[in-house]
Amino acid sequence: MRDLHTRLQHLFPLGELTEQRPNLGFVTVPAAYLRPTLLHLRDLEGYTHLVLLTAVDWLEEDLFQLTYLLSNRAAGRDIGLRVKFPRQAASMESIHDLWPTAATYQRELREMFGIDFPGSPRLHEEFILEGWNDIPPYRRDFDTLKYARANFSDRPGRETRDPEQHMKQQLYPDGA
Amino acid sequence: MNLLAPDRSQYPAKKADGTLDIDLASGKYLKLWQGPNHPGITGNMSVELTVCGDEVVEGKTHVGYLHRGFEKLMERRSFIQCFPIVCRICVPEPDFNEYCYAAAVEELAGIQSPERANWIRALILEMGRINSYLMFLGGQAGALGLGVIGQWTTYARDLMLDRFEEMTGARIYHMFIMPGGVRDSLPEGFDARMAETLREIESTMRDVQDVMFRNAVFKKRTVGQGVIDPAWIDQYGVTGPNARAAGVAKDVRRDQPYLVYNELEFEPVIGHDSDIYTRSDVRRRDLLMSVDLIRQILAKMPRSGPLIAEMPSMLHWKIPRGETYVRGECSRGEYGYYLVTDGSGFPRRVNVRGPSYTHAMALLERMIVNINISDVAALMVSLHTYPPEIER
Repeated sequence: MRDLHTRLQHLFPLGELTEQRPNLGFVTVPAAYLRPTLLHLRDLEGYTHLVLLTAVDWLEEDLFQLTYLLSNRAAGRDIGLRVKFPRQAASMESIHDLWPTAATYQRELREMFGIDFPGSPRLHEEFILEGWNDIPPYRRDFDTLKYARANFSDRPGRETRDPEQHMKQQLYPDGA
Repeated sequence: MNLLAPDRSQYPAKKADGTLDIDLASGKYLKLWQGPNHPGITGNMSVELTVCGDEVVEGKTHVGYLHRGFEKLMERRSFIQCFPIVCRICVPEPDFNEYCYAAAVEELAGIQSPERANWIRALILEMGRINSYLMFLGGQAGALGLGVIGQWTTYARDLMLDRFEEMTGARIYHMFIMPGGVRDSLPEGFDARMAETLREIESTMRDVQDVMFRNAVFKKRTVGQGVIDPAWIDQYGVTGPNARAAGVAKDVRRDQPYLVYNELEFEPVIGHDSDIYTRSDVRRRDLLMSVDLIRQILAKMPRSGPLIAEMPSMLHWKIPRGETYVRGECSRGEYGYYLVTDGSGFPRRVNVRGPSYTHAMALLERMIVNINISDVAALMVSLHTYPPEIER
């Protein structure tokens, strides 16, 4: 992966390479250079397969991270491009013209994380949630437990146990 | 390419934003929902069809009927608590979730699963692949009215479920491939019973070949239908048998071998015509290859040695900050887990990459245009999609 990273660094201001495996690396790309980097990887380096596009919410750092994972089948290598941007400005350039299937990922990310991809087809059509009126549910500040308690009621007669306490009780019944 | 398909490039007209100009009030078009409850649907999803006469002019996939928010649920659970829930993401072939999750966690935690466990993992994954293909064959034949095939393949699948039951204690959700290794070894006499099961499956497959693949009606309805253009493979992220039937030998087991696939002899099964018939045939031959792989695994696997690596305390298990992606070749294509950890006892983010995500959404919506309503079910089934892995 080092050779690829060196070649890319001559062209784009990339961050350090995280070499997770000999055939898998992750690198941070400034948002403005995402499209040229993707195009270069796709057209000149053989990374033609968009494996996935997903987001990570770094709430404590007030950042969203998008991960574009590309694969080069002939070389048996994968590279993940990380793009980070402030949570308040949750918007990224759409890449549906590079890979038509990216439109599906972007539609889901808008619904689940509230990240906007201007120009992406059918972006505002509901993907999974119907009539959702809370904050996007995959954001870290969305509390699933609080939401469930506010909107659903427990079935009578049902006992709820805290998993950690229950396992401790099972494994160490004498409290050791 | 399907030369019989009419040229609809100018019809219906397109609006400036590229969407179709469909005026339902004109009486020329009709909205037709296929699913979520419909015999010709691949599980709990639906396709919103717009038809003109009996020809589909637009199709939109709708999912969400099975959304349980697994990825979010896992962020609230410790690493070992995630293990028993991941298999529920895909009902017909759950083991890939267990394997990909376990392998991703092991990689970030610096744990190496024992060699014997890797052989047993490969055995389970191939057993699951056979089950999934048997289910597919019944569905593909059923979508075209050949109901008896489903009864035969369900019988064969049931035999394999018996092997799963005696090995793992469960028929559907096995919860067997856990982070660090596997839960148990093979039971006494397992090899002989598996050999008998494989013989019975091969016998069933001979009948399936005669009655389904040599059936004139099946051929007439599937040959030349639902062609995937090889140029779409990269554009739409097509993997697995859908890509291999188009002549692209994409198979993670060969491209980036994992577990023990380096030590097994096999070549990816490919086809060339890329139609519904070829995709079914590629899966039939891939099933028979899995039968052969199971025989190889049972002949070569070590019979002694540890089954699970030394693990930290499950209640206080923290994994250093990092991210990785682990993939495997399931019966539908590339299955992968993207795992991000932040040094705490919980995953920061888990993203499941199921092959159906691209096949049932963007690819299906592209392929469904201009086909006859009566072929919609056959086309959908031929992409072999499982909705739960789309919405997770």
